[in-house]
Amino acid sequence: MSLRESSLGDIRPPRAWLAAAAVVLVAILCLALFIVDGSSGAARPGPLAGARRAADGVAAPVGGAIATPPRWAGEGIDAVGAYFLAGSQNRRLRADLAEAAVWKDRAQSLAEENARLRGLLGLRTDPPLPMVAARAVVDARGPFSNSRLADAGSDRGVMEGNPVLGERGLVGRIVGVAPRVSRILLLTDTESRAPVMVARTNGRAILTGDGGPNPALAYLRTHDALREGDRILTSGDGGVLPRGLPVGVAVKGYDGVWRVALDSDFAPIDFVRILIFKDFSQLATPAELAPRQLPTTATQPPDPPPPAVANVAAPPAPAPAKP
Amino acid sequence: MIARPGRPLPASVWLLGPLLASAAAAVAFATPLRFAGLQAPEPVFALVPAFAWAFVRPSLWPSLALVGAGLFLDLLWGGPLGLWPLCLLAAHALAASQRRLLSGQGFWGVWAGYAAACAVAMAVGVALTAIRAGHAPGLLGVFWQFAASAALFPFAWRLLERYDDADMRPR
Repeated sequence: MSLRESSLGDIRPPRAWLAAAAVVLVAILCLALFIVDGSSGAARPGPLAGARRAADGVAAPVGGAIATPPRWAGEGIDAVGAYFLAGSQNRRLRADLAEAAVWKDRAQSLAEENARLRGLLGLRTDPPLPMVAARAVVDARGPFSNSRLADAGSDRGVMEGNPVLGERGLVGRIVGVAPRVSRILLLTDTESRAPVMVARTNGRAILTGDGGPNPALAYLRTHDALREGDRILTSGDGGVLPRGLPVGVAVKGYDGVWRVALDSDFAPIDFVRILIFKDFSQLATPAELAPRQLPTTATQPPDPPPPAVANVAAPPAPAPAKP
Repeated sequence: MIARPGRPLPASVWLLGPLLASAAAAVAFATPLRFAGLQAPEPVFALVPAFAWAFVRPSLWPSLALVGAGLFLDLLWGGPLGLWPLCLLAAHALAASQRRLLSGQGFWGVWAGYAAACAVAMAVGVALTAIRAGHAPGLLGVFWQFAASAALFPFAWRLLERYDDADMRPR
């Protein structure tokens, strides 16, 4: 007797039960997927990295196409605004120029003094890093993930871990690369951690994103108390980021936690610069890092033991010849 | 397409239509633009069908469609895979469990139910993110996304009216 013909075959579970069971089942599968994908960290190099790269490769051109008309509209509005505000802009720019002339003189003086002191101390500066300009085409800014897609990928030398700058400061770092597109993990993402320092005190901290606009300064370690407006730079600790990239200024959060008002918030977000920085070894010439000529391990055979005869008088030295 | 009263809508209309519309809206809102120096909000459009599908006759398809919508959001926004499917399923499950209570309510009453579903989705997102990142995300950002998502209720109400016209509500 088949199951259908038995009394069990008459059982018809309500459709609502089946739907509820389906919800529970797919939720369990999704939780397993979350655990598998979550175990690989922010860079997510795990088994699903290929799917991510493929999705990014599709999303980037679509996002770029959708962003183009609003960008054109914005540029048009800016152009019209600039036309009507040309007078006031001109006055402001003249004032800025006069102020910049003073700073230029001061900068030249400091640069000359800096070079002299470097020469006295025998310091070497880091070589300039190569840089790739790209356009952000997709921007995720929710509380659970803050990332952007940039339209430059491995075809232009971008690698995972490369730091990304906006027009005015550090934006984040690369966590995924496809041939023509790369994903930037922003400093504000909950998984972002960046070693930073306070420029005034040389104190150290870890910049910790929490999904909000101002990431927190965790593990703050400084001999002098932090002040509002202190400049925050990358410290270069750990070799993740080069030292001295501008990040922002310190501000006291509404929750009493020291946070950073990011410089990149005050600049356009659609253009970014990707520093092709892998680690500190690229800042030195490879020849200097290569192993030097080391002494050979070959040793000379030991000298023969001296004769066992002792107390033998040395032969007298020959007398100097007299003239 | 205008539904004929008394005849259920085909799945391609009641399932795929809202799914594709929410995906397209998510892509459109992911453009890196600012208005007057402020970034546009990032509402979760998929919460609209996640809520409305709880009011059609029980079926396996909404669960599968929500998994697809959630994975799409994870890939688009760069989050961990599985995060948004779980959030959407939580909202859908809450709405389905309170279906009888909400069915007799008016516009504002159902809006309150929709806001509760959005809040549950955000709570699941906060919990999963806190487990993954080791600390909870900023609640201000969570609130803004919740508010932007809750403001989408008129679209959910329109969907519910459509399903009602097509006699798709459970009897």
